[in-house]
Amino acid sequence: MEQQLDFEKMQRKTNRRGHVQKIVVYLFLSVWALIVLFPFYWMILTSVKSYGSYNAEHVPSFFTLSPTLQNYVDAFTTVPLLGYLLNTLIFTIGTTAIMIVVSTLAAYAFARLEFRGKNLLFTLFLSLMMIPSELVVITNFVTVTNLDMRNTFAGLILPSVTSVFYIYLLKENFEQVPDELYRAAKVDGTSDLKYLWKVMIPICRPTIVTVIILKIIECWNSYVWPRLITDDPSYYLVSNGIQEIRENGFGRENIPAMMAAVVVISVPLIILFLVFRRKIMAGVSRGGLKG
Amino acid sequence: MKRNNGKAWLYLLPALLFLIVFMVYPLIDVFIYSFEEGFNFASQTYFGTGLYNFSYVLHDPYFLQAVQNTFLLVIITVPVSTGLALLISVGLSSIKPLRELYQTVYFLPYVTNTLAVGLVFMILFQKTEYTDGLVNLVIELFGGNAVDFIDGPYWAKMFVLCFYTIWVVMPFKILVLTSALASVNQDYYKAARVDGTPKLRVFTRITLPMISPMIFYLVITGFIGAFKAYSDAVALFGTDLNAAGMNTIVGYVYDMLYGDSGGYPSYASAAAILLFAIVLTVTCINLLVSRKKVAI
Repeated sequence: MEQQLDFEKMQRKTNRRGHVQKIVVYLFLSVWALIVLFPFYWMILTSVKSYGSYNAEHVPSFFTLSPTLQNYVDAFTTVPLLGYLLNTLIFTIGTTAIMIVVSTLAAYAFARLEFRGKNLLFTLFLSLMMIPSELVVITNFVTVTNLDMRNTFAGLILPSVTSVFYIYLLKENFEQVPDELYRAAKVDGTSDLKYLWKVMIPICRPTIVTVIILKIIECWNSYVWPRLITDDPSYYLVSNGIQEIRENGFGRENIPAMMAAVVVISVPLIILFLVFRRKIMAGVSRGGLKG
Repeated sequence: MKRNNGKAWLYLLPALLFLIVFMVYPLIDVFIYSFEEGFNFASQTYFGTGLYNFSYVLHDPYFLQAVQNTFLLVIITVPVSTGLALLISVGLSSIKPLRELYQTVYFLPYVTNTLAVGLVFMILFQKTEYTDGLVNLVIELFGGNAVDFIDGPYWAKMFVLCFYTIWVVMPFKILVLTSALASVNQDYYKAARVDGTPKLRVFTRITLPMISPMIFYLVITGFIGAFKAYSDAVALFGTDLNAAGMNTIVGYVYDMLYGDSGGYPSYASAAAILLFAIVLTVTCINLLVSRKKVAI
């Protein structure tokens, strides 16, 4: 009897300790969540404060009772924000479309077709993955300048297309499609291109979608190449646009309008993320890297 | 299967063209540039070949400042972010309710525009005539003195840069470590429970060794990524990083190439090759260390 009481006491004690531990863990996780979320909250909050009330606050308040959308109007009328967004959209769609066609064809050749020197060529492809973009950007800048393609979409898009990693990812996925399908298609006299289009792509759709989304994120956030290649503001992408806004857009003091622009730029990707959350996280953990 | 030869090359042609024009050729060209002395961008001529570009870059105070900044950034952010990510992932995998929500929130910085969100950080840390900024108000609340983190002393600027860099790189690290933790065979934990092993010991003897390959992967990619830091600094301090004294090596390369101080592709190439050499050396050291440590 006494022994059983002892046991119960011990169990209650460990239970209590477990509860305390849980609370500490949740507290710790919440602190980091707060650090992550706070900048987002602050940018939305500031973007709905009026110019006057923002500058009147020496101690910024954590909420506002009179939200205004005037800053968003300013962001679209005072600076060419819509133009930046359209440019980025064209750049993103163009780059991603060309990239996916080029990569799919190459991945299909590596995964399904036999040719001399295949292994050697694939090894060379893989070794290109280790080349940092900082090394090749210098010559690309000179090339594009000499071709007179600065401030054009061709100059923006073409050098951004190459990505060996996505070819590798697609090739790995294509190889998982059983050989029997290919032989059956060959017996039926299906051409390779038709087989790729009608069989491979539908089967590998999840991977292709992941690659497309990752590329879209990369394009939307790209800063260095667009900055080098465009000095005409009518070709600026959002990253360069926001830098331009910061340096001589609304004037340094109109921070609420600046924040409205930041919100407008951030929202499309956040929506994309919330819709394709699982896909994006799975794709990134398979080897995506920012930058 | 020989008849596939021509067709296969046809499929590969677009990718090969892109890679040769925009990757292979530039890679060779950058080395040529770096040895051409006195290259003139307008007339595309140069005086001679040699190592002058490298010696110029190595004696340029701006480059030395950039190297110092980059090394500080690497030494601070890589261990801090990896350690913090490890703590958070262990915490995440020990809870059930709300885990998905936390994971989603933690991943948000990954999908945001570095330049845009950098502006928010600038506002939070900046001290202007109108307001001391939120961070400074918190410091004052605890009895400290307000510092301008954006335009003030070096250590303050370095602190913001490190803070923002960590904020940006955390999502990737947390994601990788949580999936690594989830893939550890649960039988080990059950066995440890039966033996009544204390939690700390379970962590150091089971969890850490099992996920150590992933930790080293994160350290290596973290080093590479931090050495290439650039847009975080631009987001916080503006495009004229030399004036702010916060330039990075990559920033130096781009400043040499373009902008008000630009027009020197030879110097830019030399600096880029030096950066590549540094990154390669550090990565090799990392790999050697990890091979010794991981292969227990």
